[in-house]
Amino acid sequence: MYSFELVRPKSLAEALSALKEEDAQALGGGQTLIPTLKQRLAQPSKLVSLSAIDEIKGVCVDDDGRLCIGGGTTHGEIVASAGDYPALVSLASRIGDPAVRNRGTIGGSIANNDPSACYPAACLASNATICTDHREIPADEFFQGMFMTALEEGEIVTEVRFPVPQKANYQKFAQPASRFPLVGVFVARFSDGVRVAITGASEGGVFRWTEAEEALSDNFSPEAIEGLTASADGLITDLHGSAAYRAHLIKVLTGRAVKAAA
Amino acid sequence: MPKDTGIGASSKRREDVRFLTGDGNYTDDINVHGQAYVHFLRSDVAHAKINGIDTSAAEGMPGVIRIFTGKDFEAVGGLPCGWQVTDRHGQPMQEPKHPVLAHGKVRHVGDPICAVVAETLAQARDAAEAIELDLEILPAVINMKEAVKDGAPKVHDDLTSNLCYDWGFVEENRAAVDEAISKAAHVTTLELVNNRLIANPMEPRVAVGQWEKGTGDYTLYTTSQNPHVIRLLMGAFVLGIPEHKLRVVAPDVGGGFGSKIFHYAEEAFCTWAAKECRRPVKWTSTRSEAFMTDAHGRDHVTRIELALDADHNFTALRTETYANMGAYLSTFAPSVPTWLHGTLMAGNYKTPLIYVNVKAVFTNTVPVDAYRGAGRPEATFQLERVIDKAARELGVDPIELRRKNFVTEFPYATPVAVEYDTGDYNATMDKLIEIADIAGFEARAEESKKKGLWRGLGVNSYIEACGIAPSNLVGQLGARAGLYESATVRVNATGGLVVMTGSHSHGQGHETAFPQVVADMIGIPEDMVEVVHGDTANTPMGMGTYGSRSLAVGGSAMVRATEKIIAKAKKIAAHIMEASDSDIELKDGKFTVAGTDKSLAWGDVTLAAYVPHNYPLKDMEPGLEETAFYDPNNFTYPAGAYACEVEVDPETGKVTVARFAAADDFGNIINPMIVDGQVHGGIAQGIGQALLENCAYDEAGQLISASYMDYAMPRADDVPFYSVDHSCQTPCTHNPLGVKGCGEAGAIGSPPAVVNAVIDALQRGGKNVTHIDMPLSPARVWAAMNGATANEGAAQPAARDSGSAEGRSLGGQV
Ligand SMILES: Cc1cc2nc3c(=O)[nH]c(=O)nc-3n(C[C@H](O)[C@H](O)[C@H](O)COP(=O)(O)OP(=O)(O)OC[C@H]3O[C@@H](n4cnc5c(N)ncnc54)[C@H](O)[C@@H]3O)c2cc1C
Repeated sequence: MYSFELVRPKSLAEALSALKEEDAQALGGGQTLIPTLKQRLAQPSKLVSLSAIDEIKGVCVDDDGRLCIGGGTTHGEIVASAGDYPALVSLASRIGDPAVRNRGTIGGSIANNDPSACYPAACLASNATICTDHREIPADEFFQGMFMTALEEGEIVTEVRFPVPQKANYQKFAQPASRFPLVGVFVARFSDGVRVAITGASEGGVFRWTEAEEALSDNFSPEAIEGLTASADGLITDLHGSAAYRAHLIKVLTGRAVKAAA
Repeated sequence: MPKDTGIGASSKRREDVRFLTGDGNYTDDINVHGQAYVHFLRSDVAHAKINGIDTSAAEGMPGVIRIFTGKDFEAVGGLPCGWQVTDRHGQPMQEPKHPVLAHGKVRHVGDPICAVVAETLAQARDAAEAIELDLEILPAVINMKEAVKDGAPKVHDDLTSNLCYDWGFVEENRAAVDEAISKAAHVTTLELVNNRLIANPMEPRVAVGQWEKGTGDYTLYTTSQNPHVIRLLMGAFVLGIPEHKLRVVAPDVGGGFGSKIFHYAEEAFCTWAAKECRRPVKWTSTRSEAFMTDAHGRDHVTRIELALDADHNFTALRTETYANMGAYLSTFAPSVPTWLHGTLMAGNYKTPLIYVNVKAVFTNTVPVDAYRGAGRPEATFQLERVIDKAARELGVDPIELRRKNFVTEFPYATPVAVEYDTGDYNATMDKLIEIADIAGFEARAEESKKKGLWRGLGVNSYIEACGIAPSNLVGQLGARAGLYESATVRVNATGGLVVMTGSHSHGQGHETAFPQVVADMIGIPEDMVEVVHGDTANTPMGMGTYGSRSLAVGGSAMVRATEKIIAKAKKIAAHIMEASDSDIELKDGKFTVAGTDKSLAWGDVTLAAYVPHNYPLKDMEPGLEETAFYDPNNFTYPAGAYACEVEVDPETGKVTVARFAAADDFGNIINPMIVDGQVHGGIAQGIGQALLENCAYDEAGQLISASYMDYAMPRADDVPFYSVDHSCQTPCTHNPLGVKGCGEAGAIGSPPAVVNAVIDALQRGGKNVTHIDMPLSPARVWAAMNGATANEGAAQPAARDSGSAEGRSLGGQV
């Protein structure tokens, strides 16, 4: 770790102004950032901790019935308070271990956009809206590739608004070492159609499996996707599985998610 | 009735109180006044020529005390190898230099190039980043079979090739083995990889070196399983410090699994730099450094052939193994694939003819050395896999095939040099069948099928040689050390005892189990006995703990020393009670005179030894302190039978271990609870090897499983509740306690059980898969079910040069 200055503002406004400093960086739960700092892979001059900003924490339901989760809300709080969206609770409850869930935040997770992170799949499948300090970004535009998002320098994720689907399920097939998803599939069925988001699998980060969405929108049953094959093009090959294996898992897990949700 | 104290009692581990409450005293807890910190600048490439090192900018950085490079160590010896293997042609192995800091070349990722000593660790790291290295990258050799080809890049330019040795055992039997195989009714052949592992003890390595200006004495605090061995190797061969000026302390050590046996460069560096800098110097390994500097384990590529006659008797066995040494020879590396592996190839079976060929190869990877089981897991795995494959090919029951070939008469001289003193392999197999409920397997398989899962059953036997070893024998085999053990038993005036042992406890529970023995022998409470270990200043010269030798060898020394104490105490008692010492009996801490009602308490006698008013001073010295050195007559041979049941998800290839049972024969047992724990831990490691753990390099020699993000350690939910049993006991015939050792059995016996079970599940599911290389990750199992291609037999799955990631892991399916 290189040395850095740490500030812990109490309001969003203070945080934003602190982040204007060159090389300042937001610190959420630190579950990704702190290990990165320990490896000396990042050298921020100042860390702006978001953990004391109450206005970006908590879970509520808005007038449109959307589940609104503050960007600084921990995975543990989501498990405790997001009961209106059981598939999301189930996803949050399987992230890391209790220590990770008690520190790590949804804002940190989606800002980081690890290609194997779980929440991006939930956001994309739920057609969520990511709210920042100065704008609202649809999930379809927010996730822009491995570790890349629509966020600008110093922009803070303040809230994520999830339309709650009629039925949903998240299937996580754990990579044996990290236990991040080797492949994760989030299936959400809304009155106007089905959305299927895949994480862990692609070089390009989280993505929607549109062929499956179409088939499932017509017939929400595992049989509907039997004739489909997920393409292995652009999928990740690593120590834990080839692109072909990941493509195979996408289909298996999508079927299982539909079965569990239906 | 289970006993509640002494030998056979499950006394609670007294050391756990301090370990579990954070009161342990580990090496990193030791901070010496005025200490400085060292950070090693390590190679990030596998193979390169060092053309230049520019430390000028770094030297001016804040806090820097001194920066060392390989040049500073020119006058200092290299790290020695403790075992010399002689090859098939009678020639000694090729033995490269192993400098403390790289000189001329770097040979693996993690090889230390510079050492920066500074006031703080952060300053040392900052300065290391300012060092400019001029490295000329050279092609790396990772794949062992490529490494031994003509024209392959050489890891050591001054050696003739990358072949350390080509060992044949027993060379004289070779022709007879070849002939028996060519004439056999059936030959089963299997090619397999014993995957490379990283030991991952919970506590990373630490070294603190200290030099006293006033006396010229050195002290090294280090995470070691054998401080006396480190003192001898480092003092005599590296730094030239006589042992009376060097103290090595290994305090509480948080696990070793073999990786803390060896003498490492960082230990020598800190000791030497302490004098050079006139400051104590401390190094604490980061977890990332541990991955690329702790000696790795296993990494064998083997072809094994088992010949059977028409009645399914094993008639001959032939193996050819490539064993990875890594870039340098770690302390005991050459012995692992040879004497700890070849000698076990008979297993539990009376195969009359065996020939083992081992080619040890240098590659641009971290040195490989003993890891829990060391050589014996590699032997057991190939043998128990090939027997299973043979049973399948012949359509016979794998348990019956084993039974048919079991050694049943003891002592039994194997064709691979060792003599099993005792054992009963049918008894452990019978016990296994009972505790594993093998009869209930089919019903459980039906239940699994209803869940859409394929259940498989894997069974195997194992034998190991522990309690290493008769010194004269290992001397003939190339050991540059004796392998006795020592103990001093000191009785205090008021009757309490201290056992100072050369064995070292780094999780095994010696502080509990050793006193159980002494307390039992005297008949006093266990808490009157304390164990001291891990400090060369207050323990007799001993060889330390590895190879399941502590109780069998160290415990025997302790028994011998205690016997001397009792003999002397009886003489004192006889004098006081005015009787003949042959009439004195010691029981329940009381001395009595046979045929009289006279008695003396243990404490009365011990007090007399130190307050010798009424004492036979003319015949005997006062005091009550004895030392014994015990050199065993033979190895001990723990053995047993293991069963694993797995469920395979046919859609994803994911394997779940549903049941695991172990029936072991460890001879006599001192503390059944500790034995259970040792077996549990060993099985967890074996399941880890079989399903999860994989140390992998890419073609360029980058370690791609360099953190827990990619190196999968078993977690609690990866293993089932085990059924373990050690009621089958054939006591060791040649040590005073009749004990055999239990530390490695779990890790030796379990990998073949797991793999046999997975293959069984796939076969039952209708997939003709005969082998998959460990670890049996979901991706590999899925690929195997879907007809992936065979491997090229290389050391590292990731370094194999064809096929998909999973396909490369399929052994021997040609
Ligand atoms: C052992 C372990 C297991 C894990 N397993 C999983 C898993 O299975 N699935 C999974 O999805 N994740 C997993 N994680 C990651 C975990 O969810 C992290 O908490 C998360 O990825 C990052 O959140 P954080 O709040 O800790 O962010 P930090 O580490 O603090 O920050 C991460 C990045 O986001 C930025 N940032 C933080 N908060 C905000 C914000 N509100 N607005 C804008 N930028 C912000 C930071 O500047 C930084 O760049 C695991 C982590 C660990 C340590």
